[in-house]
Amino acid sequence: MARKLLTYEKKNTWIDRLSGITKLVFFICWSVTSMMTYDTRVLVFMLVASLFLFKISKTEWRQVGSVFKFIIFFLILNVSAIFLFSPNQGEVIYGTRTVLCGSGRYTVTAEQLFYEMNIVLKYLTIVPSIFIFMVTTNPSELAASLNRMGIHYNVGYSIAIALRYIPDIQNDFTKIKNAQMARGIEMSKKGRLFERIKATTAIIFPLVFSSMNRIDTISTAMELRNFGRYKKRTWYMSRKLEKNDYAVIITMILFMIIALTITYIDGSRFYNPFI
Amino acid sequence: MDKKKFGIQQVVAAGIGTALFVVLTEVQIPLVIVPNTALQVRAALLGFLSAVYGPIVGCVVGLLGHALGDAFFYGGVWWSWVVPEGVVGLVIGLLAKYYNVREGEFGGKQIGIFNLVQVVANAVAWIVVAPVLDIVIYAEPANKVFAQGALAFLANVIITAILGTLLGVAYAKLIAKSSSLQKED
Amino acid sequence: MTDKSLTPIIEFTNFTFKYRAQVEPTLYDINLKIYPGEKILIIGPSGSGKSTLANCINGLVPHIYTGDISGSVTIAGKNAKELDIFNISKTVGTVLQDTDGQFIGLTVAEDIAFALENNMIPQQEILEKVARTAETVEVSSLLECAPGELSGGQKQRVSMAGVMIEDIEVMLFDEPLANLDPATGKRAIELIDSIQKDEKKTVIIIEHRLEDALYCDADRIIVVNEGRIAADLSPDDLLATDILNETGIREPLYVTALKYAGCVIESEDEAGQISTMHIDKHASKVRDWYYSTEAVPVIEHKNDVLSIENVSFSYNETRKTLADISFTVKEGEMMAIVGKNGAGKTTLSNLICGFINPDSGVIKLKGEDIAPLSIKERGERVGLVMQNPNQMISKTMIFDEVALGLVTRGVPEDEIKERVNNVLKICGLYPFRNWPVSALSYGQKKRVTIASILVLEPEIIILDEPTAGQDYRHYTEIMEFIKSINEEAGTTIIMITHDMHLMLEYTERAVVIADGVLLADSTPAAILTNSEIADKAYLKRTSLYDLSKACGIDDADGFTEHFIMMERKLREEVNHGA
Repeated sequence: MARKLLTYEKKNTWIDRLSGITKLVFFICWSVTSMMTYDTRVLVFMLVASLFLFKISKTEWRQVGSVFKFIIFFLILNVSAIFLFSPNQGEVIYGTRTVLCGSGRYTVTAEQLFYEMNIVLKYLTIVPSIFIFMVTTNPSELAASLNRMGIHYNVGYSIAIALRYIPDIQNDFTKIKNAQMARGIEMSKKGRLFERIKATTAIIFPLVFSSMNRIDTISTAMELRNFGRYKKRTWYMSRKLEKNDYAVIITMILFMIIALTITYIDGSRFYNPFI
Repeated sequence: MDKKKFGIQQVVAAGIGTALFVVLTEVQIPLVIVPNTALQVRAALLGFLSAVYGPIVGCVVGLLGHALGDAFFYGGVWWSWVVPEGVVGLVIGLLAKYYNVREGEFGGKQIGIFNLVQVVANAVAWIVVAPVLDIVIYAEPANKVFAQGALAFLANVIITAILGTLLGVAYAKLIAKSSSLQKED
Repeated sequence: MTDKSLTPIIEFTNFTFKYRAQVEPTLYDINLKIYPGEKILIIGPSGSGKSTLANCINGLVPHIYTGDISGSVTIAGKNAKELDIFNISKTVGTVLQDTDGQFIGLTVAEDIAFALENNMIPQQEILEKVARTAETVEVSSLLECAPGELSGGQKQRVSMAGVMIEDIEVMLFDEPLANLDPATGKRAIELIDSIQKDEKKTVIIIEHRLEDALYCDADRIIVVNEGRIAADLSPDDLLATDILNETGIREPLYVTALKYAGCVIESEDEAGQISTMHIDKHASKVRDWYYSTEAVPVIEHKNDVLSIENVSFSYNETRKTLADISFTVKEGEMMAIVGKNGAGKTTLSNLICGFINPDSGVIKLKGEDIAPLSIKERGERVGLVMQNPNQMISKTMIFDEVALGLVTRGVPEDEIKERVNNVLKICGLYPFRNWPVSALSYGQKKRVTIASILVLEPEIIILDEPTAGQDYRHYTEIMEFIKSINEEAGTTIIMITHDMHLMLEYTERAVVIADGVLLADSTPAAILTNSEIADKAYLKRTSLYDLSKACGIDDADGFTEHFIMMERKLREEVNHGA
């Protein structure tokens, strides 16, 4: 069986009941803020806030556990790489040098540690928002929302079709992989690179080409049921914005403005505790 | 059989292409020489699909596939690496008519152009766009992100050159009209 | 019902159609009238043009599949050429064969709503109509389900709802039975029948499985052969002719049995339905035939090759997918694992191949526990052939595809060449060895996949639905081929199937699995004449049972055995004659 993916699960919390647009606005404001700011105070606030949201959205560990472990692994790898490549980046940014230990190229400075801590924070703040977005947003309702925002329904439908057929294609993939393994195809680490790539073709070719056949069937089926007839369409899953939606949207925009003001008020996106 | 439903077919191709890209996220071929790096099979898929279905489908599959694949499997969306994936699909797709995969011709000349284009596309994406975004968004050290970008460039060029080309050749054979076949004794 | 005083809703007049990429027309000079409220079956072998005929009715021809047309098609009085697909779909709703390909919505409700959404119907109206239509096809409780949670039969109902939701007049079904187990297929036919009667729709069903499609009566059967209409008759009239045999469509089994017994069927026998057919005048002949022929003893297979001992498996804690399954497979036999979709058949074959491991129990090959063997090692002894050859073939050339398993095992080149050529000869593919796979028909591709397994010289080959979606001629071709492999190479064959004809005609024994439990292990004839087992396993009791009872023969099981024996004898005569 394939690894459990991060997918929508219906729950009845107020976050769940928000419109897809609201969640998208939340996600965009959150991402933009987290990408632009390097202000430690803002980042810490965002992390605490998102952990809080995580809790009230009733997202469970089993839904996100395996994914979370990967992120920690990735972060450790990334901060190590930064230190390896550029142990003085912190000094360059903050303008001071406070040696903690070591000597030579790889002297550990407080500035470097602080800078790398900020990177970790930056990555971590975005993670819970994605978790929440993925597990609480009904994709069909999101497609409907996107369309209402003026984005052509073709875009929403590409996303919907992708989500609709990911499980099917994953099944096909497992089936094909099994059958080819029984014939002796191994995707192992042995052998020359070219040989290993060739071995994957035994699985990739049938998967890709049979999926391409599917494209024709699906487009015919959609055409027969009048997809693309008009410039607009209506939606079964469409939901009107309610009071809560407006409240969240306004809060998020205000939050973004305030956070970015705090960040840039001193002329730099970095919060500098060293001067 | 002739089909003239351009719009719908592109929407569906973008959707199914994205689904394939996401499913193949976990299929990686480890590069034994450099530890902890792997060739991404999905990069070859992107090159191939862009060559078949053109720039819009290529760009959507790159952007959406990378974002969804990362979100599904790794719980994070690193926009600085999502955007370049879209760039690759877009560039390869823009020049699709020069390699004719759709027409069932993918011979030496077309393979050459396809690979030239994919090298350029990957260079723009991974040596320029990705590192610049990493610096702008995350203020990461330049030498680190350019090294990372160069590695990604190399890995994606290799896998697209081999697997992407093989996919194109196989597909062209698949759709080509087979004439003058004779039974042998 | 046919009411010729009405204006035809669909009318073909001297209609000829040639696809642009083809040299010869696919349909020649078609003249056909379909009246409102009629139920029509369109049957014909693969490549006869019946699908093209359907595509002319729903507008895919000429609007998507372009080509040259002479003559005309009118739909609800208007020339189809002047309508676009959107307009035609206001009159004709199409349910395609591929239940997954046409399920576009992320949930049942959205998929049913799809056409209304595209036509900009206000949301409130959509909600009401979806609820109402879902009730008609009995999927109300599933509205929030994703397609992955549904069975094939349920998906098909959703597709029906998806076209019925628009106020269409004609419902067109393209091979509705192809992906369903027999009992689900029977329910689908019943549902189509009640929709036709209650909602006053015109129903057109394209099928090649005549007996199953005729489970509910039809007004007319149109037989298409080589691009022309070979017959346009009521079921009763058609079954009194020899047209079906001439065009390569399988007659209902009871009709074939009556013919074996030397009966001549006439229109007034009303042979369209076994339950209402006048059998009395034929009964004595059938009895004579039954008592005069002798049952041939079955060949005894002695040695166990595969034994499954108390195997259990579950994907999660709550439900056992397979519970305490035990049976043995004898060396050299051809047997079937049958049961409804989702009963655990595929799980069982996955266990045997080692893709998953049993929670408890032992699987032995020739007495040896195979738990320690890797997937690859098992693959050399138990070969698996997937249902869809397109999902298995990865090489562009036939020789390379068959050689693949040997190449990956590092067999020397000379030996590969010899073994592959040998297998290609056995499989009748040798003359094509240097052809690209894309030039082959579906049935030939199937052969290639079987050859690619056979070349590894396994003791057992497991085939998953070897004949799914194939017409009678291709079905026979594939099955005769598998039989010859079994006889010539001595390979034990296990087939996972819900095709009752297949198990009746080509297996000596069948293991029935229902809801994860082994329900029966017996001869196909015994299983298919036992209503209780057939019901639980979603199989359908064979019509031979009804025939034997109607003729006063109590031993329906024995009667069925006689019938199969006769079938095999005749087929062998044909094979030897050819």
